[in-house]
Amino acid sequence: MRFAVVVFPGTWSEHDCQYALANVMGQQADLVWHRENDLSGYDCIVLPGGFSYGDYLRTGAIARFSPVMEAVVREAEAGKPVIGICNGFQILCESQLLPGALMRNDSLQYRCEWVGLRVENDGSAFTAACEPGQVLQIPISHGEGRYFADEGTLDQLEAEGLIAFRYCTPGGETTAEANPNGSIRNIAGIVNKRGNVLGMMPHPERACEALMGGEDGLLIWQSVLRWAQQTPEAPAFGSARATARR
Amino acid sequence: MEQSALDVIALSRPEYEMILERLGREPNELELGLFGALWSEHCGYKNSKPLLRLLPAEGAYVLTRRGAENAGAVDIGDGLCVVMKIESHNHPSAIEPYQGAATGVGGIVRDIFAMGARPIALLDSLRFGPLEDARNRYLFGGVVEGIGGYGNCLGIPTVGGEVVFDGCYSGNPLVNAMCVGVAPVDRLASARAEGVGNLLLLAGADTGRDGIHGASGLASRTDPNARFEELRPAVQVGNPFLEKMLLEACLDLARNHADWVTGIQDLGAAGLSASSAEAASRAGTGLLIDVAKVPRREERMTPYEVMLSESQERMLITVRQGHEADVGGLFDRWEVPWAIIGRVTDDGVMRIMDGTREVAAVPVDRLVEAPEYTREGEPAEALYEMQNQDLSGLPDMSGDAGAVLLRLLAAPNMASKRWVYRQYDQSVLSNTVVQAGSDAAVLRIKGTAKGIALATDGNGRYCHIDPYIGAAIAVAEAARNVVCAGAQPAAVTDCLNFGNPERPDVYFQMQSVVHGIAEACRALSTPVISGNVSLYNETAGQAIYPTPVIGMLGILDDVTKRCSMAFAGSGDDVFLLGSAIEQPAGALAGSEYLTREHGIVGGRLNVDLGLEERVQRTALAAIKQGLAIACHDCSDGGLAVALAEMALAGERGLDAASASLGTRLDAALFGEAQSRILVSIRPESRAALQQIAAGLSVPMERIGRVSEDKRFRLGPIDLPLNEIKESYEGGLERALEVTPLVDITERI
Repeated sequence: MRFAVVVFPGTWSEHDCQYALANVMGQQADLVWHRENDLSGYDCIVLPGGFSYGDYLRTGAIARFSPVMEAVVREAEAGKPVIGICNGFQILCESQLLPGALMRNDSLQYRCEWVGLRVENDGSAFTAACEPGQVLQIPISHGEGRYFADEGTLDQLEAEGLIAFRYCTPGGETTAEANPNGSIRNIAGIVNKRGNVLGMMPHPERACEALMGGEDGLLIWQSVLRWAQQTPEAPAFGSARATARR
Repeated sequence: MEQSALDVIALSRPEYEMILERLGREPNELELGLFGALWSEHCGYKNSKPLLRLLPAEGAYVLTRRGAENAGAVDIGDGLCVVMKIESHNHPSAIEPYQGAATGVGGIVRDIFAMGARPIALLDSLRFGPLEDARNRYLFGGVVEGIGGYGNCLGIPTVGGEVVFDGCYSGNPLVNAMCVGVAPVDRLASARAEGVGNLLLLAGADTGRDGIHGASGLASRTDPNARFEELRPAVQVGNPFLEKMLLEACLDLARNHADWVTGIQDLGAAGLSASSAEAASRAGTGLLIDVAKVPRREERMTPYEVMLSESQERMLITVRQGHEADVGGLFDRWEVPWAIIGRVTDDGVMRIMDGTREVAAVPVDRLVEAPEYTREGEPAEALYEMQNQDLSGLPDMSGDAGAVLLRLLAAPNMASKRWVYRQYDQSVLSNTVVQAGSDAAVLRIKGTAKGIALATDGNGRYCHIDPYIGAAIAVAEAARNVVCAGAQPAAVTDCLNFGNPERPDVYFQMQSVVHGIAEACRALSTPVISGNVSLYNETAGQAIYPTPVIGMLGILDDVTKRCSMAFAGSGDDVFLLGSAIEQPAGALAGSEYLTREHGIVGGRLNVDLGLEERVQRTALAAIKQGLAIACHDCSDGGLAVALAEMALAGERGLDAASASLGTRLDAALFGEAQSRILVSIRPESRAALQQIAAGLSVPMERIGRVSEDKRFRLGPIDLPLNEIKESYEGGLERALEVTPLVDITERI
């Protein structure tokens, strides 16, 4: 697969994503500068973590106006897999490709640590290789990762099965102690109705080798490979797809 | 010349006379400002340079001449080198902790990428006054947040460091930031303004009025608190986002277009004046700078303000003639502002123009060669009293040794620093194999089998008691830290923090510390490749403890052969390499136990550098041969604390109830005798370990074995592991809970 790893001014996870995709997964992964506005040659788009535009104004608020975002929205609407990690998730929310917003951590401090993630949706482009209820260990690194949406939106996300991951204990319980930033309903990642766009605060690209402390992040990339193989243009399985039809 | 005018730039009357003599005329205000900046302690090292020459700088793999470039570089093979440096930002952090610490990180990172090296790790060695004091809590919280705020935004992991609390740092915290980068050896950049006719390009932030007199005023005089409000504008405000773009642009330049430039230099202390003069001095050239061409942040700035501003996130690039459009285009692509502000000349003069008007002209060599002072050091009387304290008269522990251990582990100096390091991104760039909280951080070097281990160390209390031995111990311990991770100690960067050098007792400390570092670095074959000196660290006439901080680089040929302190296999035997378990009362000298439990700072310190080197070689061989399952430096807090840390890291118990602790229980459990490393091995590896140790004449003693039952038994101590865990992991947070961390009213 050909992955576009988008680089905004201030992005810093692009090399980690590229390394995980190219060196660990053996895929083609190009760094694409944010002034590019054609991504049609790629099979998957990655919006990596970082501090695009220094997080000035509001996280992701300036990056969403970059030329590349027009292409990202276009490709996402056409069904191409798009993943936003950390700052990428914030940008996806700002672009309204995903609902809700990411707010300052409830500790008012930056947090970098390994967290547990319970897989809630195993039917999306980036979770298809996971088991439902499976607990992944993946690190977070953010100051503004507290997911928030209004009650109506949250209920709809729950009803349609669009919550991808929740913060949890190693045993899979979604307790307050296991929630590193105060995210509402322990939400760590969500998908869109079609299942091709996922946003998550944790960094799967940092959990792709045993030497780095864990390999659970590989499941995210294995999912998209499997998803693309199964049906290149229209995925025909998974709960997200099913609920979208309903 | 009025004395008050000299005071502003911290020049003495004899120094002014020297300037008159060198110029053969009166300097104008700008010229005097240039001298003040370049001759400040911060830039000119006038009190420390003669001493620093005593430090060994040579080594087979050292690629740089110390002081000749922005940082030191060591060849690590595979065509790569490691570039590193540590630098202080103590005074700014005392005044404005968040920005002081943040811009300290920004400055040291620029030193690394100015060499064409990608920064891959940050470490921070921090000292504060006790947390009972609200202002110390404010400084601690602000500094930690500032380090995170800048480093996290840059995408450089903060992987290690230390935090120590002691009364001597009240009001004068130490913030020493270390940065480590990696570059291809053949792409290492220089900081020379070479080639007559080449152009000077200033890239990055616009120049404002911030930080004027930062070098001369803030960092080169005593007691900034006395003029708190007045000096606050001398602290710069950081913009990490711009620094990130500047970093990427400069690396693009150094890696892919090295032929377009002859020099890359960062603007740090004393801003444009020091960076340009130093770049010209290295190349033996002159410069012409037009301040009218320098992009400004504010209106009506004078040439003096432009030249002495310490606005952050700026780099000076010497561009080969004909490539100005190429270099400008590169910075445009990275969305970094730039301007051509001058050119290299052949007359050896630094000439400053304001449009067509010449506003200063000073020979570069006369400006850069700051006077050097060799002073008379004299030990303080109290030094001998401290050292001669007879500790054998102290009563041994009478009560519960377990309770003492829990108290020590909960003390902020010993307790887990997780509260600090979880605010730092430790794993971005996906190189971090061992994160903060161990003896040393370990990073892999992508594209090779190698890894590097990094640690900082420095014990101010030891150096207060005996600056010579204390400094040697700092080097020994930093080396021991990287050895315990499985790395061969390779090179040192040092940050030397002292009080006012004009005081004979402080100068004596400086002399002794430098000699101590020099001797230990020779014994351990670790050249000092870069460093920094911070003087005038005093509050209300009271100097800090002399605090040399040693940043140590270790190299692992195979990063998968790393070792950690975590007990792993139950039933493993635990051995102590080096000095014996049983210790006389004298081993309590300088210890955390003696300070906390008896309120005594004193005793006679000792380190046998020959034994130290052999102990380290033994441990390293045990790790390389795969014998050592866990390995940990036995230092602050003594044997009991070190063993507790190994048990906690591995979540396993220790069965050493029958360990022979001798007649002085306190000294055996909590004494801080040097040159000791704890290792755990499989029982069947015992003969092999004994053979290595015997071959190097290193004593080894069995302490006990790792147990499954999550109880910690050491002599009379018998505690459930979770009780130890609670003391250790919650200690710092409990100390901070006294009142809210940041008292808003103090900001105003």
